[in-house]
Amino acid sequence: MPHELKDIGEQSIDTFRELGNIGAGNAATSLATILNMQISMSVPEVAVVPFDHIINILHGPENLVVGLLVNMSGDLNGFILMILELKDACEMTSIALQREKPQGQELTLDELDVSALTEISNILVGSYLSAISAMTGLVVSPSVPQMAVDMVGAIISIVLVEYGKIGDSVLFLKTKFSDVNKSMNGHFFLIPDFESYKILMKSLGL
Amino acid sequence: MATLIVKIADLQIGREMDTVTTLGLGSCVGITLHDPIRKIGGLVHIMLPEYAGQTDHNRFKFADSGIAELLERMIRAGASRHSLVAKLAGGAHMFSGAGTQNFLKIGERNVMVSLNTLHALKLPIVGNDTGGSHGRTIELYNNTGKLKIRTVGFGEKII
Repeated sequence: MPHELKDIGEQSIDTFRELGNIGAGNAATSLATILNMQISMSVPEVAVVPFDHIINILHGPENLVVGLLVNMSGDLNGFILMILELKDACEMTSIALQREKPQGQELTLDELDVSALTEISNILVGSYLSAISAMTGLVVSPSVPQMAVDMVGAIISIVLVEYGKIGDSVLFLKTKFSDVNKSMNGHFFLIPDFESYKILMKSLGL
Repeated sequence: MATLIVKIADLQIGREMDTVTTLGLGSCVGITLHDPIRKIGGLVHIMLPEYAGQTDHNRFKFADSGIAELLERMIRAGASRHSLVAKLAGGAHMFSGAGTQNFLKIGERNVMVSLNTLHALKLPIVGNDTGGSHGRTIELYNNTGKLKIRTVGFGEKII
């Protein structure tokens, strides 16, 4: 395992991009089924980026977002964090629940929205994990998602803490889902713990 | 007069008319030291509890080494050791149901080590807004020593 994430080679980045591509592809197909709409997906951006940069990508530390956290256990331990813009999360639930939000009202999520988002993230993370399993032969089971709506700086700290032990950068994977009219950004962070990171690299042949 | 922004694992010290701020604290802790006579104030934004045994050597990243650095630099900037008072905020548990894994309780450990370090250095703690499960943005006003805390959904307060 590289001492610092920034020492990860191009080949590993490519492999992670491929992993992200398949994972997100699976997730997009599931999302299309739930929302009953055509969902296209951009090629994921994969990069090792410094902490401050990641927060800029997510529009500054005080940007209001929805974070969905799933613990992984089994052959890999750690977690997956999915971050959605609040506006995109509201969009998703209004499509999934087939109800229109009143115009001009402040963006909020009620109990039904929370339940829908938890279910959506459950399915997305499940599809993502099954791609990892297919590629690596590792079996990973996800927990029920935990949700938080808060400043992105605060939510992302859970990722930074884990990477912070070895350096000042994170492995970042950004995927854009969109249909004809709307575009929704989903940010996936795959955060294996130390041991699992080694296992993952090894099973990917890196 | 300036607003100094402290990034993650970073430290800044300002003069009388300055505001020192850090944005979106989650499990991280912001610790401030203020000299009310000379009106010098500083803030360190730490993300992990202890420096010892880590492979990373950024001293601002850890509660114990970060507070020690802040103290030393405050004195070098002209603050008096005996007038300094401390405040701290942050250390939240952002995903409240996710407490089964140890590393997810990092906020709690950050706060504990911060408090212990401040006690060991005999720095009086005059303000403490830690824990909970929400993010915080904090601003230290050096002319008054007041610390403003802003949240999403949990209002605003001054300690």
